[in-house]
Amino acid sequence: MSNKIDHSMSLASPDALNITTKQKIALAFGLVGLFILVLALFNVDFPNRAVFLTLSLGLVIGGTIVYSREAYLTKLEGIKNDGVWFKSLTSRGVLGWALGIVLTVFYIVLYFFPALLGLGTNGEANTGLVALFDPLSNLLSGNNASQWFVYGTLYTVAILAFGYKFMLKYRHNRYQQLRTGSVMFFQTAFAFVIPELMARLNSDDFSLPYNDLKNMWPLNYYAFDQWRVDQFINAQTVGLFFLILGVVMVFVISPYLTYKYGKRWYCSWVCGCGGLAETAGDSFRQLSNKGVKAWKFERWMINSVLVFSIVTTVAVISTFLGYDSEKYWFTKGVFLISIGVFLTLLLAGILYYKRKELNKSAFRGAIGYYILTIAFLVFYSFFDLSQIKINASYFSFGLNQNTYNFDSALRSFYGFGIGSIFSGVIGTGFYPILGNRAWCRMGCPMATIMGIQQRLFSKFRITTNGGQCISCGNCSNSCEMGIDVRAYAQKGENIVRSSCVGCGVCSAVCPRGVLKLENDSMDGRINPTEVLLGNDVDLMDFVNKN
Amino acid sequence: MEHVVIIGNGISGVTVARHIRKNSDKKITIVSAETDYFFSRTALMYIYMGHMKFEHTQPYENSFWKKNRIELKKGFVETIETTSKTLHFTGGDILEYDKLVIATGSKPNKFGWPGQDLEGAQGLYSKQDLDSIERNAPDNKTCKRAVIVGGGLIGIELAEMLNSRSIPVTFLVREDSFWNGVLPKGESAMINRHIKNHHIDLRLSTNLQEIKSDENGRVKSIVITETGEEIECNVVGLTAGVAPNIDFLKTSNIETNRGVLVNRQLETNIPDVYAIGDCAEQRDGGIGQRRTIEAVWYTGRMMGEVLAQTICGNPLEYKPGHWFNSAKFLDLEYQTYGWVFADRGRPEYEEHFHWIHEDDTKCITVAYHKDTKAFLGINTFGIRMRHETFDRWLTEKRDVDYVIKNLPEANFDPEFYKHFEKDILATYNNRLQTV
Ligand SMILES: Cc1cc2nc3c(=O)[nH]c(=O)nc-3n(C[C@H](O)[C@H](O)[C@H](O)COP(=O)(O)OP(=O)(O)OC[C@H]3O[C@@H](n4cnc5c(N)ncnc54)[C@H](O)[C@@H]3O)c2cc1C
Ligand code: SF4
Ligand code: SF4
Repeated sequence: MSNKIDHSMSLASPDALNITTKQKIALAFGLVGLFILVLALFNVDFPNRAVFLTLSLGLVIGGTIVYSREAYLTKLEGIKNDGVWFKSLTSRGVLGWALGIVLTVFYIVLYFFPALLGLGTNGEANTGLVALFDPLSNLLSGNNASQWFVYGTLYTVAILAFGYKFMLKYRHNRYQQLRTGSVMFFQTAFAFVIPELMARLNSDDFSLPYNDLKNMWPLNYYAFDQWRVDQFINAQTVGLFFLILGVVMVFVISPYLTYKYGKRWYCSWVCGCGGLAETAGDSFRQLSNKGVKAWKFERWMINSVLVFSIVTTVAVISTFLGYDSEKYWFTKGVFLISIGVFLTLLLAGILYYKRKELNKSAFRGAIGYYILTIAFLVFYSFFDLSQIKINASYFSFGLNQNTYNFDSALRSFYGFGIGSIFSGVIGTGFYPILGNRAWCRMGCPMATIMGIQQRLFSKFRITTNGGQCISCGNCSNSCEMGIDVRAYAQKGENIVRSSCVGCGVCSAVCPRGVLKLENDSMDGRINPTEVLLGNDVDLMDFVNKN
Repeated sequence: MEHVVIIGNGISGVTVARHIRKNSDKKITIVSAETDYFFSRTALMYIYMGHMKFEHTQPYENSFWKKNRIELKKGFVETIETTSKTLHFTGGDILEYDKLVIATGSKPNKFGWPGQDLEGAQGLYSKQDLDSIERNAPDNKTCKRAVIVGGGLIGIELAEMLNSRSIPVTFLVREDSFWNGVLPKGESAMINRHIKNHHIDLRLSTNLQEIKSDENGRVKSIVITETGEEIECNVVGLTAGVAPNIDFLKTSNIETNRGVLVNRQLETNIPDVYAIGDCAEQRDGGIGQRRTIEAVWYTGRMMGEVLAQTICGNPLEYKPGHWFNSAKFLDLEYQTYGWVFADRGRPEYEEHFHWIHEDDTKCITVAYHKDTKAFLGINTFGIRMRHETFDRWLTEKRDVDYVIKNLPEANFDPEFYKHFEKDILATYNNRLQTV
């Protein structure tokens, strides 16, 4: 055990306070900015909201910028991880837990008690924090703010401010800078500004659902809900374009890009969840669990969520196809059969062509999850889900007294359990406890799909540089996905793992230049070795053949 | 069942154990006095710097050993009786072996400086050394200055460590340029400048005369031989190289010189006793241009890989391939493939091509045969290169023109990095014209 460990539990740790005067001032400015938000939350009515909102966000961004410049630009370029395991905030010390609790509470309020943030219900005007954001929302979409607008703004601000910090931290590493620039762009433009501006197009006879173009199914689990599909269809050409684009993204664009570049094209370059994790969450990446047990749990969990998301989406779609069949091109039967056929062919193809790459547990898992999914499909085809009523109070500790149809019950449960609790409360609220990618690693169904593909059909791998690894462990420590990178590198083996989001930080922090993210041919991508390069050639041949 | 006992749970001991397990069912016991489990010595610095905790430097989970039926025994071996095949531990424990592997690593050199054993004067090798530096230099209030003696790879790591806690460092280096016994001039000079950029007080051509004690037997100051200057400090890092850690063998029948003498099969003079890693010394001279004692990570691992074959009934010689190594000097990454010699000890046929980037953080030196133009080796700073490519080029005996022209193939920098191969090639061509 490191003798430093106790220090991190103490608020008086000298390391945590080891910041310059300039940084303290910057920190103070940032905190004042946040304090304005807190005052608004407690219903302090600011005279000129636009001014105070600008001031608040400006102070937060400005404070972060000054703080980061002082932290990184005063030093030479290089790896900047000094003290991450000493600081209370980043090593599950008191500050880490405190931040975790604050974030968790924030998410719970955001998802379940938006009125507490000041959201006006039943047409009333907003108050409190939400009202503070009205001017900005009006500027963009012409409407008053909602709790989601507040969240979206803060989210974007966090990605921009901490993205800047991250770029300075890795200013010697262009891969890190470019991909950070990319997530900053996609968040600001695609997730924030464009959808708000598009809302301006909406009128009485034309309306598009709020649409973040890059947010694909199944990450976006409501992508094919009836109200959305209807709105798209009703919005004619434009709407149809978006609807078809949504499908093409899932079945063509994403598989193609994942084949060429690995899932990193999305997870580390485009995705908003990934964007927040890589910027605001960067300080917590070392907290992910690298143990074998965590890996086993991850595989079980993430595949279950994928199955859950598939059966939910299919239930939702097949139900509205069932009772509204004239409205759509598909009937319920055709839809269910095509899904079943698609999944069967996919699985058969994988089992046949990739049989050598699948070990027993992967094989069994795939079959098991397949049977489960097909069982659901069969069930849907025999029953009219809208006729099966479920009382939610059994599943929500009595919080929710409504009765749902089976499909909406699944849908609500998914939205609540996965969409809100897992991806929001646990995924982000627990950054300082579980690390910054707990959701991406354990829950995201989109990551599962791209991950399976990355493991089996992709040119992407992390190449290990011959025999140069010294087993130091910096790579594993920095892997936010909890991959024990060193376990591969010290065997001279390439890293081909479904969970790798290609953030490239393992490669950046390796003191011996052992790791390189690459897209190259599929042959020899996975190269288990026993004896590493540098030893006697005959021995290498002899042992590695066996 | 045959019992293989390995003294030392470092990279060499652990590698031989793992490979014996892969190839056989023998009973395996690893003995160490240092830590319960194998950890990566090369990562000691990162614990002090707060990049990792100690447990993160352990390459295998604690359950690994039981799962692989490798027994671990903590204890210090005081004597080895090779006639009765027994180990005698401090405290009286006894362990019998059928085959014995000595993999006891190194210990820091101390050259008899007055005061070298005071509290606060220490090397950096073991977990215990890490604990003691944590005790003596937790922050810059307790340790107002540290002096490091000896400019090698461990010295520079120690400097980086102390720097990370804002402890002022004075770095005494005997040579007139950093590590110039190993590195060619241009590279060594670049590192000098880099060290100074980190605000480390680098003193070249400077020797330690003595370490002075305060009234409590703690380090108070040091005196420099050349100038007589006295520098106040609380910690003195003694990093003037390492030597095999074999004092406990002096009473045994096992033949030693500086290290445990072994033949190419890594056998000592006593049957069934082998030695690998830092503590082994090749008795018939170094292999190729290698030294007789190779105190680096990779060679320990390679010896372990080979010896496991021998012990499992497939006798093999230790025949390492082309030399390679790597290190990091503060923010400068360094890799080497093949042989590039410093001014001292350079064969007369070896000629160098040197390229340095204007930002002073990247350079390469390519060594080649002046008559045949055969490529001999490369040192690279600030540009990562591919081990496999150079290993192949060395085997294929490529000439220097080929290597310089094909450098892009060997590049291992992360994607989107700026490339310098064109610039290097231009410099290379230019040089040939002007010469
Ligand atoms: C700070 C530092 C940084 C380094 N960085 C690099 C690097 O970047 N690259 C590189 O190539 N090399 C590096 N090295 C060198 C490398 O670590 C060593 O070459 C390697 O660890 C040697 O391994 P080994 O298995 O031979 O011995 P060791 O790792 O020294 O293991 C020997 C073990 O045996 C135990 N032991 C010794 N005697 C007894 C006894 N009588 N009874 C019981 N147990 C005993 C010791 O306590 C020790 O645990 C570094 C070394 C240090 C100290
Ligand atoms: S393996 Fe490397 S690139 Fe992949 S997620 Fe982990 S740190 Fe990022
Ligand atoms: S790959 Fe690099 S960072 Fe990872 S253990 Fe090996 S040397 Fe260390």
